[in-house]
Amino acid sequence: MDVSQYLEIFIDETKEHLQNLNTQILELEQEPDNMDTVNEIFRAAHSLKGMAGTMGYKRMQNLTHDMENVFSKVREGELKVNAAIIDTIFQCLDALEEYLDNIQSSADEGTNDNENIIKALNDFLNGNAVAEAPAEAKKDDAPAAEAASAADATPAADGDDKSKWKNIKFSEEQIHVMAEAKKNGKNVIGLTVFVQETCILKAARAFLVYKTLEELGEIIISEPSAQDIEDEKFDFDFSMIVVTESDIDTVLKGAKSVSEIEDAFGDMVDIPEGAADTAQESQETKPAETTAAETKPAVAASGETPNKPAEKKKPVVNRTVRVDIEKLDDLMNLVSELIIAKNSLVSAATSEGTAGTENVNEHIEYLENVTTNLHESVMKVRMVPIESVVNKFPRMIRDLQKKLGKKMELYMSGEETELDRTVVDEIGDPLMHLLRNSADHGIESDVNLRKERGKPEAGSIFLDAYQDGNNVVIEVRDDGNGIDVEAVKRKAIERGTITEEQGAAMSDKEIINLLFLPSFSTAKVVSDISGRGVGLDVVKSKIESLSGEVEVKSTLGVGSTWTIRLPLTLAIIQALMVVIGGEKYAIPLGNIQTIEDIEPQEVETVQQKEVINLRGNIIPIIRLNEILGCESTKDPSENLVVVIVKKGDKMAGLVIDELTGQQEIVIKSLGKYINKSKVISGATILGNGEVALIVDPNALI
Amino acid sequence: MEEVKVYSEPVQYIKIDLGSELYGIDISYVDNIVRPQRVTRVPNVAPYIKGVINIRGEIVPIMSLRLKMGLEEIEDDKRTRFIIIKMEQYGKIGLIVDAVKEVVTLEEDNIERMKYDSKDDTVHFVMGVGKVEGGLISLLDLNNVIMEKSFKEE
Repeated sequence: MDVSQYLEIFIDETKEHLQNLNTQILELEQEPDNMDTVNEIFRAAHSLKGMAGTMGYKRMQNLTHDMENVFSKVREGELKVNAAIIDTIFQCLDALEEYLDNIQSSADEGTNDNENIIKALNDFLNGNAVAEAPAEAKKDDAPAAEAASAADATPAADGDDKSKWKNIKFSEEQIHVMAEAKKNGKNVIGLTVFVQETCILKAARAFLVYKTLEELGEIIISEPSAQDIEDEKFDFDFSMIVVTESDIDTVLKGAKSVSEIEDAFGDMVDIPEGAADTAQESQETKPAETTAAETKPAVAASGETPNKPAEKKKPVVNRTVRVDIEKLDDLMNLVSELIIAKNSLVSAATSEGTAGTENVNEHIEYLENVTTNLHESVMKVRMVPIESVVNKFPRMIRDLQKKLGKKMELYMSGEETELDRTVVDEIGDPLMHLLRNSADHGIESDVNLRKERGKPEAGSIFLDAYQDGNNVVIEVRDDGNGIDVEAVKRKAIERGTITEEQGAAMSDKEIINLLFLPSFSTAKVVSDISGRGVGLDVVKSKIESLSGEVEVKSTLGVGSTWTIRLPLTLAIIQALMVVIGGEKYAIPLGNIQTIEDIEPQEVETVQQKEVINLRGNIIPIIRLNEILGCESTKDPSENLVVVIVKKGDKMAGLVIDELTGQQEIVIKSLGKYINKSKVISGATILGNGEVALIVDPNALI
Repeated sequence: MEEVKVYSEPVQYIKIDLGSELYGIDISYVDNIVRPQRVTRVPNVAPYIKGVINIRGEIVPIMSLRLKMGLEEIEDDKRTRFIIIKMEQYGKIGLIVDAVKEVVTLEEDNIERMKYDSKDDTVHFVMGVGKVEGGLISLLDLNNVIMEKSFKEE
C-alpha cells in the first residue's frame, strides 16, 4: 500500500498525540492515581501505535507497543506509577519525537532501535526492580548514545577479535539473499578487515577495499554501514558479508592488496537453518518492511548518523496550517458573494442610462464590503494559537528542574492567543531562551535566600500571552533574583563597552539594555557575575526580525519580567499615505506619534542638524525628499508637514509634502534584486494598480 | 544555467529592437510581455534600474536595457514594451525595450558564438550572433545582463 499520501496527516496527528502524551504524563506525575489520565495516555499510545503500524514504521510501532503495555498494566492496577516509570516514558517520548523528526525530513524513521528504552519498559512489565537504571541514562539526555554504546559493547565481548563479522546479525531478508546465492553456487564470505593504526585516511582505504570487493562480488552487509565508513565513523576495522563467485583466498587477497591494510580475516558464512524455508515468505514482506530491513541489522552503532544526512535534505512534508472547517466555509461563502458582486457589476455596466452608473456605485460598495471581509477571513486562516509552541514548555521546565536541582513551577495563561503562522513558527526559540534564562539564572539556587526574601521554596515562572490592540504581548516573568544592575554596569565598564562617566549617567533601564548587546551575551564571565545575558542578543534580533520588540523590567531580589510585543500579522498594516516630490509613499502607522504643522522659522539648526522644539522636546527633523532623492514640490516659505515618529525612546520628525490619508496596506517585498535600500522596507500596491514604497522610519532614526 | 539547451536543440528567441540593432532574448526566460505602465522610482539604486511595477500583485523591478547597454535613454512610445524575465535566483525582472518584433527559431548552425577578446564594455552581454532572414541578431546573455550589476556594486 502506498502510504506516502497520508504522511502529512500522520506527522500532524503524531505530533498532536505526542504533545498530548507529554501533557498527560506531566499530569500523571502530579497525581499518579488519576485513572482518567492513565486511560487517556493509554488511548493516545494505542492510536500512535496503530498509526505507526499502518505507515510501516516498525521501530516506532515497537516502542509504542511496549509503552502501551506498561500503561495497560497500570490501568489494570498491576503496576504502580513511580518516578522511574515516568522518566522512562519521557525518554520514550523523546525517542518517538526523534523518529518523527527523521520521518519529517526523509520519510524514513531512522535506524535507532532504542533498545535500552524498550528493555526498561519490559523490565517494568516483568516487575523487574532494576527499574532505576534507565533513570540514570535520562540524565545525560542522550538515550540514543547510550543505546549505541550498550549495543556496541555486547558483540565485541562475545566474538573473537579477528572475526568480528561473526557478530553481524542478519535480517530475514539478508538470510534469504544469502541462501539464494548459495543455491546458485556462489560463495557467501564474511570478513573483517583491519586498517593499520597509523593510517591517516582510513575512510579512503576502506573505500578502496570496498571497491576491490565490489569487483569480485556483491557486498550485502557491512558493519559499520557504508555511510559510516565514508564518514570515518569506525575504529580500525570493519566487517562485511560478500556474495561472490571467487573463493575466500581471492577475496582476502583483494582486500589485503590495498595499501595500509594491516590484515583481513574471513570465512564462509554458515547460513542459519530454515532460512531457505522462510525465504519464500520474506519475499512477500511489505515494501515498508523492506526499507527497514535494508538498513543494517546492528544499527545501534550508527545511532546518531541518521540525523546527519537528513538535515541536508529538504523536508519531505510541506508546512501546513490546520484550518477549522468553519473558517473555510466562511471563505467559500465570501468567494461566492464575490462572484455575485462581479456579475452584478458586469450587468450594471452593460445596462444603459444613468440608472446604470448609480447601480455601479452601489455594487462597488458591496464589492468593497466583500473584499474587506474576505481579507479578514484569509488572515484568520493564517492565524494559529501559540498553544502549539508553548505546550512543550512545561516538559522543558520539568527537565530543567531535575537538571538544575531547583524547585520551580511554570504557570501559563493565554495559550489560545492567536498569531500569524509565520510568527508562531519563529517565536518558539526566543521564548525557550527566556524561560531557560529565568529558570537557570532568575530563580535563586539558594533555597535559604528565597526564604529570607519571604518567597516560597519553589520558584515560579509565568508565561502569559494576550492580545493588546493590534499587538500580541507575551510575558515571561519570574519571582527570582532579578537583574543586578550594579554588577552589569561594573562588567560593562570593565569590558570597555561603556566608560565610567557614561555608566554614571545611564539609567537602570539603559544598563539593563546592555544585556542585549551581542558582546555581552557571549561572555561567560558576565553571566557568572550578573547571572544574565546568554543569548539575549539572539532573542532580541529574532524578535526584531518579526517586527516585534522585547523589553525587560527587573527589580533586584524580586524578579524580572520580559515583555515581547509582536504585531498580529506581518503582511497587512495600517499606514499613512503621503506624497513626497510627487511620489506616493506609505509610513506605517505603528511608528507614528503625531502629525505637526510647523512654520519654517520654527526650524533651528543645532550642530548642523535641523531640529524643532515640540512642546519642550527637541526633535531632529529629517527631510524625506533628500533621503529619497527627489525634489520637494513645496515652496520653502510654506508650513512644513512633519510626521513625528518614535522608535523606543527616540523621536524624529519626517518632513513630507502632503498627506493623503490612512489606508490598510498589504506589504510586498521588493525582491532580492533591488532590495538594497534600508530606508525602504517594502512596497504596496495601490487601488489603481500602481506601486507605492513603504518608508521604514526605524531605519531613519 | 540553461546553456546546455542552447547547444543541443533549436532555441526560440524573441527578436527585439534596441537602438539601431536587433537583439534576441531566449524565450524560455520570458514570463510575460506588457505595455509600458507607470514605474515607481526606487531611491538609491543604479541608474538603469527605473523602479518597480506591479505585475498581477507582484512587485517587479524594471531595468532600462538601453541604459544598461550604454545607449541613450528615450521616451516610452507606443512600440515600447516591458519584457518580464524570470530568473531562478532573482525572481522576475522587467527589461524595457524599444519594440518587440517576432519569435525566431535558431539552430546551433546559425549561431556564431562570441569570443570575449574585445574590450568593449557591452560586448559580454551578448553571447552570440544569430543569422536570420533579413539580418543578424545579437543574442543576449541574460545572466550577464542582469547579474553584472551585482558585482559592479559589491
